Amino acid sequence: MSTDKKPRNPHLWRVDVSLKEGVLDPQGTTIRRALADMGYKNIKEVKSGRFFEIELDGDRAKEAVKTLEEVCRKLLANPVIERYEIKRL
Amino acid sequence: MKFGVITFPGSNCDYDAYRAVKEVLGEGVEYLWHQDRDLREFDVVILPGGFSYGDYLRTGAIARFSAIMGAVKRFAQSGGLVLGICNGFQILLEAGLLPGAMLRNRSLRFVCKYVYLRVENNSTPFTNAYKIGQVVKIPIAHSDGNYFGDEKTVEKLEESNRVVFRYCNPGGELDDHYNPNGSLNFIAGIMNSRGNVMGMMPHPERATSQLLGSSDGRLVFESMYSYLSAKERRKVS
Repeated sequence: MSTDKKPRNPHLWRVDVSLKEGVLDPQGTTIRRALADMGYKNIKEVKSGRFFEIELDGDRAKEAVKTLEEVCRKLLANPVIERYEIKRL
Repeated sequence: MKFGVITFPGSNCDYDAYRAVKEVLGEGVEYLWHQDRDLREFDVVILPGGFSYGDYLRTGAIARFSAIMGAVKRFAQSGGLVLGICNGFQILLEAGLLPGAMLRNRSLRFVCKYVYLRVENNSTPFTNAYKIGQVVKIPIAHSDGNYFGDEKTVEKLEESNRVVFRYCNPGGELDDHYNPNGSLNFIAGIMNSRGNVMGMMPHPERATSQLLGSSDGRLVFESMYSYLSAKERRKVS
């Protein structure tokens, strides 16, 4: 666990993008197999994805989420294969 | 007859496509810049292979917002021929001009080799010079060519005969060992419902001469030529 306490930036958001349920995840599968080879037999599944840290102007969370939703749909995620989750940091 | 080949930042097969049109067909061909917006004088627009925008985010994800893509959409809507090869196919998927998406190859490796393809539909502007069921040898070179569409999408593609090329073994059979990337239903190339937009992962422009290992790709260009010549003749008569 990290212990350094930075002051929280209220403008900072995080977007997680990962493959939808049922979409083949060759990276996740390969990582899981590698871990099993290393002896971690109790790791059942690994899902890969990527995250974005995004700093937004303005204080209104509602507007921020609206913008981020739009950005996810248009660019950050491909809705055919990916899902996204928006979180405040 | 006029062909246009789009150069995006990071395209690297634009010259191959340009040369294929010039040498195989001897027809007019020009480079288009990703910021161009006028395609009115063109009959065919080719989105070539490469690594547009460094493949950042997802392959084709940034290129699809290039200024020229609005013009490509209008061009497709008005019936112009659009051919996306490799990264060009990925851009067409991201742009929604073709259905589905590309996942990483199941091997997680960049695969660069000759593969065998079976021609599944030869009544298209891009494949009319092939025979149905013909097995052709054309190279691939990609990391993200593992075609995916949800069940409905793939069903629709199959029902309407819009899977144009499938990966196969040298005998023309569907054989998992010869599926180079894990594509659903061995899909290597598909077209839109109108039949004027096709995307394919293999590179026909790299297979235009025996000297290069295969000339099977020439027929993609010759098909477009015969389609457009027939269209011109109809216009004249």
